[in-house]
This record gives sequence, C-alpha cells and structure tokens, in this order.
Amino acid sequence: MALFIEQLVNGLTVGAVYALVALGYTMVYGVMRLINFAHGDFFMIGSYLGFTLVSSALVGGAIPLWASLIVAVVLSMAGVAILGVIVERAAYRPLRRSSRLTAVVSALGVSIFLQNAVMLIWGPRYRAYPPWAVPNVTWQVGGIYINFMQVLILAVSFGLMVALYLFVQRTTVGAAIRATAIDHDTARLMGIDVDQIIRLIFLIGPALGAAAGVLLGLYYRQIHFTVGWTYGLKAFTAAIMGGIGNIPGAMVGGLLLGILEMLGAGYISAAWKDVFVFLILILLLMFRPTGLLGERIAEKV
Amino acid sequence: MAERIGRADFTGRLMAPLPVVKSLLSKWRIPILIGLGIVFPLVAGNYWIDVAVFWGIYVLLGLSLNIIVGEVGLFNMGHSAFFAIGAYTTAILSERFGVSLWLLLPLSGFAAGVAGYILAKPIIHLRGDYLLIVTIGLNEIIRITLLNNPWGLTGGPNGIIMLDQFRMFGYAIQRPMDFYYLVWAFVAITVFALVRLQRSRIGRCWNYVREDEIAAAAMGIDTRSAKLLAFTLGAAIAGATGTVFAAKLVVISPESFTFMESVILFTIVILGGMGSIPGVILGSAAMMVLPELLRNFSKYRMLFFGLAMVLMMIFRPQGLWPSRRWTTILREGEGE
Repeated sequence: MALFIEQLVNGLTVGAVYALVALGYTMVYGVMRLINFAHGDFFMIGSYLGFTLVSSALVGGAIPLWASLIVAVVLSMAGVAILGVIVERAAYRPLRRSSRLTAVVSALGVSIFLQNAVMLIWGPRYRAYPPWAVPNVTWQVGGIYINFMQVLILAVSFGLMVALYLFVQRTTVGAAIRATAIDHDTARLMGIDVDQIIRLIFLIGPALGAAAGVLLGLYYRQIHFTVGWTYGLKAFTAAIMGGIGNIPGAMVGGLLLGILEMLGAGYISAAWKDVFVFLILILLLMFRPTGLLGERIAEKV
Repeated sequence: MAERIGRADFTGRLMAPLPVVKSLLSKWRIPILIGLGIVFPLVAGNYWIDVAVFWGIYVLLGLSLNIIVGEVGLFNMGHSAFFAIGAYTTAILSERFGVSLWLLLPLSGFAAGVAGYILAKPIIHLRGDYLLIVTIGLNEIIRITLLNNPWGLTGGPNGIIMLDQFRMFGYAIQRPMDFYYLVWAFVAITVFALVRLQRSRIGRCWNYVREDEIAAAAMGIDTRSAKLLAFTLGAAIAGATGTVFAAKLVVISPESFTFMESVILFTIVILGGMGSIPGVILGSAAMMVLPELLRNFSKYRMLFFGLAMVLMMIFRPQGLWPSRRWTTILREGEGE
C-alpha cells in the first residue's frame, strides 16, 4: 500500500508536468488543428533558460533563493513565449491555408532547428541544475515521503492550470479563444481578430511549457537537448488521451499518464513502463476513438 | 497560375532551338536515367556509392510509406517499426537457422506485412491525428521491446551481428558497388510494380478514399479494407527492405529504428509530394543526400536541415514533384 501511494505521488508530480506541456499541444491543436511538434522543444528550451538563470551568479547570489527561483521561472516563461510567437509568425502562419501535413512537416523542421540551436549554444552534453537550487527537505506523511520539489511542482502547476481554466472560461478573451477554436470564419464575423488569438495561444502555450521545463529541471536536475522529444511525445500522448483540443482533457490526460507510468514502473518494470503507457493509449483509443473528454464529432457529409 | 505559365514559356523558348535535345529528353528520359544510374558507380568513389545505396534504401522505405500516407492518406508516423520487424526477422533467422537471404527477403516482408495487418486492424478506424499518435506509440513499443531483449532474441541495445550476405552464383554481394546495383534493381522493380498499382482499380480506390472517404464509401468502396490493404502492403515492402538494410549494415540495433527515423520517412513522402513516386525519389534524395552535401558545415548541418524543411514547406507546399492527379485537383481549385 505504501508503494502504491508513493508511486501515486510520484505519478501526480510527473503528471502535473505532462499536463502543463499537454496544454500547449491541445490549445494549439484546438485553435489551428496543428500538431505542433516543436512544442516539446519549447519545454526543453524553458528548462535550459531556467538552468542558465538559476546557476548564474547574478540570480544565485544577489537575491534570496526563493526570489531567484521565481525570477528564473518567470523569465524563462517570458523568453519562451516570445520564441513561440516568432516561430508561429515565421513557420506556421505562411502555411495556414495549405494542407495540414505540410504544417506538420514544418513543425518537425522547427523542432530539429531548435534542438540543434540549443546543442550549439549550451553544448551537446548533459547539463545539471546546481544542487543548492532547491532546499533538500523531505516530509514524512503517514508512512510516505514527500519532498519539497514535489509539493512545489504540484502547487505551481495546479495554480497555473486553474488560472488558465478561469481565463479561458470566464473572460471575454477566453470566450474569443473558444469561438476561434470552433470556427475561424464565424469568429472573424463576430469581430474577433483571429491572428491575434493565435498569437495569444502561442504566448500562453510555450510559456506553460517553459514553466514545466524549469520545474522538471529542478526536480530531476539533469537536462539534455533531446528531452524535448521524450517529454513532448508523452505530453502529446496525454493530450490525445484526454481528447485533443479539450483543455480539461489535457489536464486529466497528463495526470492520468503520469500516474499510469509510475504505477507501471513500480509494479511491472521500469524498462517496460513506456510500453505499458502506449498499450493503454491504444486500448483507450480502440474503445473511445476521441479520447476521454473529446466530443464525438459527427463527420461532415 | 501566372507563374506556372511563365515557367512553361521559359522552358519552351529554351528548348525551341534544340528540337533534337527536346525529343531525346522526352522519349529517352527513362533509358537515359537508367544508363546514368548504371555508369555512376564506375566513376564515383566508394563514399558516394554508399550514399547512393542508402538513398536507394530510403527510396524503398519512402515508397512503402507513400502507399499508406500518400495514396490513402493515413497518418502513419511509426513506419520504422515495420522496417525494424523486417530487419530483425532477417537477422534472427539468418544467424540462428542460417536461412538464405534470398528466402528471407519475402519472409521478412511477409512477417512485417502480417504484423502490419494485425496491428492496424483494431486502430484503422481512427481519425487522422489519433492514428498518428497510435502509430508513434506502436513504433515506441516495438523499439523498447527490441531494446529489452525478450527471450534473448534481439540482443538488447547492442543488437545482432549478421554475417551472411546475399549470394549469387557463389559470389557474395559485399562491395558498395554490388549493393548499389542490388538496391537500385529492387527500386526499379518496386517502382514498376507501384506505377502499375497506382493506375489500377485499387490505386484509384485508394486515392478516392484519401480525397473523400464518405463519398468513396457511398460509391460502394469498402474503405476499411482498402485502408488495411494499403497498410499491410506498405508494412510488407518496408519489411523486405529491412532484409537489404540488415545485409548492408551487418549490425542491427534498436537505434536504427527510432521515432526520428519514422519522422524522416514521413517527411520524405510529404516533401516529395503525396502519392507521387518520382516525388519520393527526389524527397529521399533531399533527406539523405542533402545532409551529405552539407557535411562541410558539420556543426551547423542539422540546423540548416531543419531550416530547409520549413522553407521547403513554405515555398513548395505541394511537394518537390507533386503527383499528376494531385495537380489536376489543385488547378481546378485555383480556377474557381
């Protein structure tokens, strides 16, 4: 039982990170019907920016640790958000009218470009967050151990998710995003600037991904320029599990995927955990072809 | 449209004073290409012959994926899984039981085809992007399984060393030049068969399903079995290519069959032009030969490569050599 709860907590932690990244996939997909394969790399770049900021003497020494962490997260989010808007303008906007697969290949090209750019800037080897970046505190709650980083990840990611959910559901801009997701042309008729909405999506999605990147970097400490694909693939799987295009779906999917993965690692074997995750995905889609929360879309005749 | 007319005009004027060249090019295009192909290894160094061998292997893989993605429009981004099944079938049967590679060629194709059929059957109904992630998932499942060395069959991360070669009249096909002729002979046979298939009833069915699945179903096409047939055939050709790949590479390990490999194959099809056979040949040249040409920029090679992918999609979204059926549709669209 202790193993079960421990893996559940580990799974929730990783799952919260997946959920944050999955939100970026699902929002872009919802509005543009594009699988943004470069999104995993936004996540990766976020963790590299965070690494540089946390380990730089400026942030590390001059201000207290908690403030430097906040500065690192916020600045990485901002930096990656700007990058996201640039990528959208340069690589996706010219393709908005062409076939969807064309845009997918463009996204793959962006992904290869970003990975190699990071490799050239930060070097091909693993980088590690400094050990002093996070207080090494562990609490014992009813027989299981929870560390500071897990609490931080859960708090920050749930905070961001709730904020996003309220923003999309309760504000006028959120309503405009939802309208654009349903139909671009009708949204335009209602006076919504669709280009502006897409730009906004490419600010929010990458920013969330970058936050996840810094959090995961602080949690596992090691980062590499290829993690974008590994985590991007998992997060995309999570978005599909929840029903792509659906914001609560991405959150549920991310958490579910994290928990399944950690339970698989704990009870089956760590080497086979990804097989287990993908098998569940395939089984789920066999019986619910549009994911857990995805709407059943009637095909147009 | 204006640009297209302009270009035709330009070539017309260029060719006008040279009617002999023009007729030579149009009538003897294919024999000239074949002649150049036969002469190439006699004049080129071993390094470039090897590049051409891998180009040929990627043409075969691209053609097999083109059936699935290009002809029927199924988003398969896990194609290297079937390639892996073929290569491992070859390596295991050859090393353990000494089966001849000539026999393994159809056998690996059959194994990959059966795997393709069984794996695709429960998921073939999925819509575009859901199918895409499931095929990526299948790719990962196969790769991790190979990595984890089930029953000591696959040799884990180190893979299998396969020493046997294709033999012909007591002569082993080993030199780059031998492989070159072998691979491109396979390409020629495959292209011939696929052109015939494209023009057949099945080929037209596939295109119909790609363009409008509901209308195709309404016309009495069994869309489900049309898709399954394409998937199985594509997997089988990739599997047979796995045999050639295993013979060429000698060491077969899971790192040759990653998600990245599937991405490259997918890009070849889109870059060349969906459903276009010459497009696949050009697309694989762009993906395989271009990085070799960029070797001088070694460090920045992949950076340029990613940039080139984006630029090609922006400036040539229909692909390098779009299929004729596809252009007809585009032209009509422009006329509206």
